[in-house]
Amino acid sequence: MSNLNKTTISMIINNENYDDITVETRQHLGDFLRDLGFKGTHLGCEQGACGACNVLVDGESVRSCLMLAVQANGKKITTVEGLNSSEMEIVKDCFVKNNAMQCGFCSSGMLMTTYEIVKSNRKYSREEIREMISGNYCRCTGYQAIVDAVEDSLNKINVGV
Amino acid sequence: MDDLNQNPKLGAADRPNSYIGRSVPRERAKKLLEGKGKYVDDILLPRMAHLSYVRSPFAHAKIKSINIENAKKYPGVLNVFTIDDIEKVCTPWQGVLGHLGEMRSPTQYPLAKDIVRWQGEPVAVVVANKRAVAEDASELVEIDYEDLDAQLDMETAMDKSTKVIHDDLENNLFWTRTVNQGNVSEAFKQSHIVEEVTLDFARHTGVTLETRAIVADWDSSEEKMTVYHNGQAPHMMQSIIAKHLNLSEGLVRIISCDVGGSFGIKVHVYPDEMVTVAVSKLLKRPVKFVADRLESYSTDIHSRCHKILGKIGVDDKGKILAFEIDDLSGIGPFSVYPRTSAIETNQVLNLSAASYVVPNYKAKGTVVFQNKTPMCQYRAVGHPIAVAITEALVDKAANALDMDRYEFRKINLIPDNSYPTKTPSGVPLEDLSHEACIEKLKKMMNISELEKYKKESLANGKYKGFSIINMVEVTNPSPAFYGVGGAPISSQDGASIRLEGSGAVHISTSITEQGQGTEAVMQQIAADQLGVKIDTVRVTHGDTDATPYGGGTWASRGAGIGGEAVLKASRKLKENILNIAAVIMQSEVNNLDVQNDQVIRKDGGEVISLKDLAQIVYYRGHELPPGTNAELIATASFSIEGIPFVFTNSAMGCLVDVDVDTGLTKIEKFWAVEDCGTQINPKLVEEQIRGGVVQGIGGALYEECIYDEMGNLTNGNMADYLVPMAYEMPDIIVDHVTTNSGRSILGAKGAGEAGTGGAPGAIMNAINDALIPLNTQVTSQPITPEKVLKALGKI
Repeated sequence: MSNLNKTTISMIINNENYDDITVETRQHLGDFLRDLGFKGTHLGCEQGACGACNVLVDGESVRSCLMLAVQANGKKITTVEGLNSSEMEIVKDCFVKNNAMQCGFCSSGMLMTTYEIVKSNRKYSREEIREMISGNYCRCTGYQAIVDAVEDSLNKINVGV
Repeated sequence: MDDLNQNPKLGAADRPNSYIGRSVPRERAKKLLEGKGKYVDDILLPRMAHLSYVRSPFAHAKIKSINIENAKKYPGVLNVFTIDDIEKVCTPWQGVLGHLGEMRSPTQYPLAKDIVRWQGEPVAVVVANKRAVAEDASELVEIDYEDLDAQLDMETAMDKSTKVIHDDLENNLFWTRTVNQGNVSEAFKQSHIVEEVTLDFARHTGVTLETRAIVADWDSSEEKMTVYHNGQAPHMMQSIIAKHLNLSEGLVRIISCDVGGSFGIKVHVYPDEMVTVAVSKLLKRPVKFVADRLESYSTDIHSRCHKILGKIGVDDKGKILAFEIDDLSGIGPFSVYPRTSAIETNQVLNLSAASYVVPNYKAKGTVVFQNKTPMCQYRAVGHPIAVAITEALVDKAANALDMDRYEFRKINLIPDNSYPTKTPSGVPLEDLSHEACIEKLKKMMNISELEKYKKESLANGKYKGFSIINMVEVTNPSPAFYGVGGAPISSQDGASIRLEGSGAVHISTSITEQGQGTEAVMQQIAADQLGVKIDTVRVTHGDTDATPYGGGTWASRGAGIGGEAVLKASRKLKENILNIAAVIMQSEVNNLDVQNDQVIRKDGGEVISLKDLAQIVYYRGHELPPGTNAELIATASFSIEGIPFVFTNSAMGCLVDVDVDTGLTKIEKFWAVEDCGTQINPKLVEEQIRGGVVQGIGGALYEECIYDEMGNLTNGNMADYLVPMAYEMPDIIVDHVTTNSGRSILGAKGAGEAGTGGAPGAIMNAINDALIPLNTQVTSQPITPEKVLKALGKI
């Protein structure tokens, strides 16, 4: 039943300060970000299964549907709109080249996972890549194009060399 | 215009702007990737209210009373409606069509009236200023139910003692059909061997990652209803919404922006979506409904749910003499509007044994009601069942005769030089290539190596199996699919193309985009045919106010039908451009061509850019001689005539490892050879095949809507309902044979569903091949570890 407690929070989203925003305590981070206009965060299941809503919280990928907005108070959030490093631009080019998205609904979450793979700064086998993206549902591609794109990205960014 | 002279060979990448046949990256891909797609839930309108549905917790119950007063008083709630309010603005419907014999499905109301018939059926709707508030208030709607017996099991649906779900029907039968070609019983008597098998296919569903969503915006000043809908068939929705809300069809506008996957799930009429439109009309304000994931599982259409008995008779040389099937399917309490829930079974009857020469064929289909979620068409409608039963029987017959499975198929496949011909059920076939595909597949798979690998593995206690299957896929349907039966579903599609003052080319198409790459494919066809760079071409789709009339994207029809319309319109526009250019350039038309956004002289010399030409036409028309036909817009339509469907064919195979201790199946490799005619964008075709195969693997190994004995869906969430994840999936090797469809200039057939249609049979046969040394087989999908262990007698 209704719990309309409200809390005032501040956080940095994509390097911009968002201060003193009053939210319902029960609101999850995904809804909060979408309400602010960060529509690239997609909600697929709201139970932490599908990974479409992944965002970075202090640099780690997190299911934004499983975290309350108030828990992100004082933290640094990156949504897909903020994934603009030169490395991530290479990743995006590799995704486009391999058609590693069809409908695009899973893509922002998939990019967050890929960000972590790239950040770990080493190479992986295809099987390892498959395992690492197994927290993200994709219903369109059958995954192979995404594995290709991640593999391509790692080769282009020269991680672990 | 001389076609040979002006229209270059399709798919020949030997000239500028020859885009047909090239894997051009999708222009929109980056926007989608970066989260810049515009999905229905992203839409915000002033004064927009949000809906939450109160749904039946029972599979079958009488509604004794509904009390909405407390919910209405909840702060933030705008109103609460039941069927008493909604039926004043929205009429009920019936999911029956006239072309397939008698269908008996009762009237379905947009909200439950008196009786609920599946767990999840909408009963009341709460409208509030926020979705969360609407959900809070939903809990305050008090409904008193009287529980009724639920009719769940399709196998007992027709028993005399079984509860009849609809009082006005004498039993639970929705539809039945038989097909009888030749004399099956005589042919079985003459057969050297007769093999039988019964296969079960569980209910599963499509699990689009973006759930169903709709925003309805009634503008009372214009009397206009604008609906943002993540669907596949905007003009169908326009017609249906106008009809049931008593609106002028021309004043209903359907806009389908980016769609987060559809797979046939989003091509049906859903009660909660019709109610959303009705609420907008009642409240005279925009309203939004987005299904949450739990609602998706219990209200998105389910599919499959078949039990099929199959029988094959073969002579001593391995020639198939007879084939018989008896299929039973359960569809929930209503046939789904407007496509009906008969089509999956109809496809099973039409498509079983469809790759083979079978002189005697008999098929019976029975479709019954149940108190479960309504069942309807999902990707590869009927194909997984038809292919699996056919290929299971073919393997059984080959094994019984101790014949190589490939050799057995080779002598029974419909020969490539025998078209046009018919399926054993009597459906016309043309332009297919089973022999070429299986030859290519055999080479790709390297079957002799696989046999060796199997033997060596067995010596090490590992059970490996592989399969080869053949199939046809229904694509590019004619009016015979739905229109002939009375559904407002266009089999024709249109394209309009214009050259603008900037030199840009703009297409509008009635085909929609759900991620397949419709936009890219239409751009490629237009740029190729006009002779412009691909980034010159813009595409508008998914808006009934802005596109030609047409069917939309389903049944693997977008490229083959909508693409042909774009091709024809592009050729007309090019003809107009060249005629105008001939006047401006003082040249014979036949000496001119368009390349790289310019009209060129074939013998060299002066050129004129399309931009300059367009600006003369639009801004300085006085420079043209009076009476010049200066139209820089052209429109064309296309539909399939003369045959019901344009079939494609494929051969597929896979290699599996079955762990006999855990029952787990690991797919080591999957191969597919597909013949979809002209490939406009080979990469996109391959990705359709791969994505389709993986959805087929889901049905074969993991996916099932599990109900308890009360009719409760027990795993309707993403954690408990398993879909394929990256780790379990193999790399899928795809190759092609190209036999163009003779029904169009483009020659393209569809490619969207073959993977889903073929994979379940390929997986099952491979597992059963692995189990041969253990003298057992599996016959029930999904083939879970538990079922494998049961087959092995271990549990």
